Amino acid sequence: MTKLIGQRAVASLLSLLVLMVLVFFLSRLTGDPAVLFLPIDATEEMKEQFRVLHGLDRPLLEQFNQYVLDLLQFDFGDSLRKARPALDLVLEAYAWTLPLALLTMTFVITAAIILGSLAAFKVGGFFDRLVSIVSLVGASAPDFWIAIVAIMVFSLSLGWLPTSGVGSVAHWILPMAVLFIRPFGLIVQVVRSSMLSAQSSAYVKTARAKGVKNLRLIFIHTLRNGMLPVITVIGDQAAAMLNGAVIVETIFGFPGVGKLMIDSILQRDFNVVLAAILVTAVAIFLMNILIDIAYGLLDPRIRQ
Amino acid sequence: MSQASLAKPPRSAEKSAAATVLSMLWRDKLAFVSVIVLLFVFLCALLGPALLGDLATDQNLRGRNSPPFDLSRGWAFVLGGDALGRPMLARLIYAARSTMLVAAGAVIASLIVGALFGLVAGYMGKTVSQVIMRLADVIMSFPSLLIAVVVLYVLGPSILNMILVLAITRIPIYLRTTRAEVLEVRERMFVQAAIVMGASHWRIIGRHILPQVAPTLITIATLDFAFVMLAESSLSFLGIGIQPPDVTWGLMVSQGRPYLGNAWWLAFWPGLCIVITTLALNLLSNWMRVALDPAQRWRLEARSTTDE
Repeated sequence: MTKLIGQRAVASLLSLLVLMVLVFFLSRLTGDPAVLFLPIDATEEMKEQFRVLHGLDRPLLEQFNQYVLDLLQFDFGDSLRKARPALDLVLEAYAWTLPLALLTMTFVITAAIILGSLAAFKVGGFFDRLVSIVSLVGASAPDFWIAIVAIMVFSLSLGWLPTSGVGSVAHWILPMAVLFIRPFGLIVQVVRSSMLSAQSSAYVKTARAKGVKNLRLIFIHTLRNGMLPVITVIGDQAAAMLNGAVIVETIFGFPGVGKLMIDSILQRDFNVVLAAILVTAVAIFLMNILIDIAYGLLDPRIRQ
Repeated sequence: MSQASLAKPPRSAEKSAAATVLSMLWRDKLAFVSVIVLLFVFLCALLGPALLGDLATDQNLRGRNSPPFDLSRGWAFVLGGDALGRPMLARLIYAARSTMLVAAGAVIASLIVGALFGLVAGYMGKTVSQVIMRLADVIMSFPSLLIAVVVLYVLGPSILNMILVLAITRIPIYLRTTRAEVLEVRERMFVQAAIVMGASHWRIIGRHILPQVAPTLITIATLDFAFVMLAESSLSFLGIGIQPPDVTWGLMVSQGRPYLGNAWWLAFWPGLCIVITTLALNLLSNWMRVALDPAQRWRLEARSTTDE
């Protein structure tokens, strides 16, 4: 178990390094922030001053060395736009993204497990059809379009929910509902198919022959063993939600890390982009460890 | 690259391969409708811009945001007019071309490169395979949307760059599948026999391995076409994909967003086009998974004999 986590740590660290180097140099190629940040009538002198102030005048390699040295002291540099530490901005954004992702994933997992199990229990039944329709829609509809149609119906026509922003509970409903659809469609299918294969195993047949009640049979005997592949998909989807809520956050004006990332890229706020990527990578790494531990809890064979 | 030649039944000589595929398709109504829809979309993309002429670009300020289902302005305005008074229907057909071009380009490019490297990785020794697989891992570990954003910003957002970016992020899918299948097929008796008989590497790969792997790849490519379309429309929606005057369905949704309150059709129709096309692709790929797999095809063929 510890060996597994150790291997994972090394692999993650490596891809993190590659990612950091790549984004550092690529982002510096996208354009000169001095031109972008200063007004159009800024003189060459002012631009030069700006570059010196932010260390942009030095050779790229030197900038990179300095960046890595600072990073080792947990200094991610300042945001160019807001003149505040980049790490603070990212952590503030996470304070919004994390509850959004956690709450949505909780709903997704609960609904997917219950509906997927019921669908597998009676193939071709009502739940089975419901599941196949929702997962097809989830796989086919672009989330920005679902978001826009949802705003059109629930905010503009019916006036039930606010269009964007944060502040009240109602502001959370639409982003969560839109984020819900795709992971739900994917996870519910995995639940269904792994429950189907678990159902034909000997211990489930034994339990059924013993006369175990249906609900107990589904949720206690079959589910525990059918959960392993489900957990893998849950991990993938949760990771996607941590860095992929960009579109939903942009549309609903939700001040999370996805919106911060895309805004910083468009404004060439390098330090914030890098800080956001690094923090996200660490968050995904921690989540993968949690998932490994969950494997161990569910399946004693992995613990050894 | 016709489906018919790939799905050719090995021994049945009564019906031609194309007829078999067609009758199998006819049995599954959902898949049949999907094919019709996709053919229609491809025809629109291919011929639409030439047939429409200037209809899709002519501005008409009197027809600004004119509501849909009103035929007083002519058939082109049946889905309404956009913010510059251009007919939505013509715009949708016009946008189909760029949408399809980006998706098809990315899928074909990643399919060819991925399958090629996958064949090499599966067929060659361990070292080559290890290097290729680690490279694929690196690509997979990137948050693809983010990489796309950065690369598009560096290279500038054009159709060719979109294809490039999307293709790179999708290569590992084909690479891994091809390699896994090659590793399995390589050990089978007919490949071993070909090796013993002294067939060249190219002959073994081309005549014996590739035909076994191709159906899986085509099924994945169909599914991936939908995924790439969604990715392209997301990028265009965020404003870092296709740029006007080029237009794709994703971009049209984003252009219609400011008018949500007074002209819902601007954002609704292009999104619906995306949904219908991806839905058709998903259904078709579900059908292909069964139809192109010799071990499962009897399900469809058996049904066609019992039905009649």
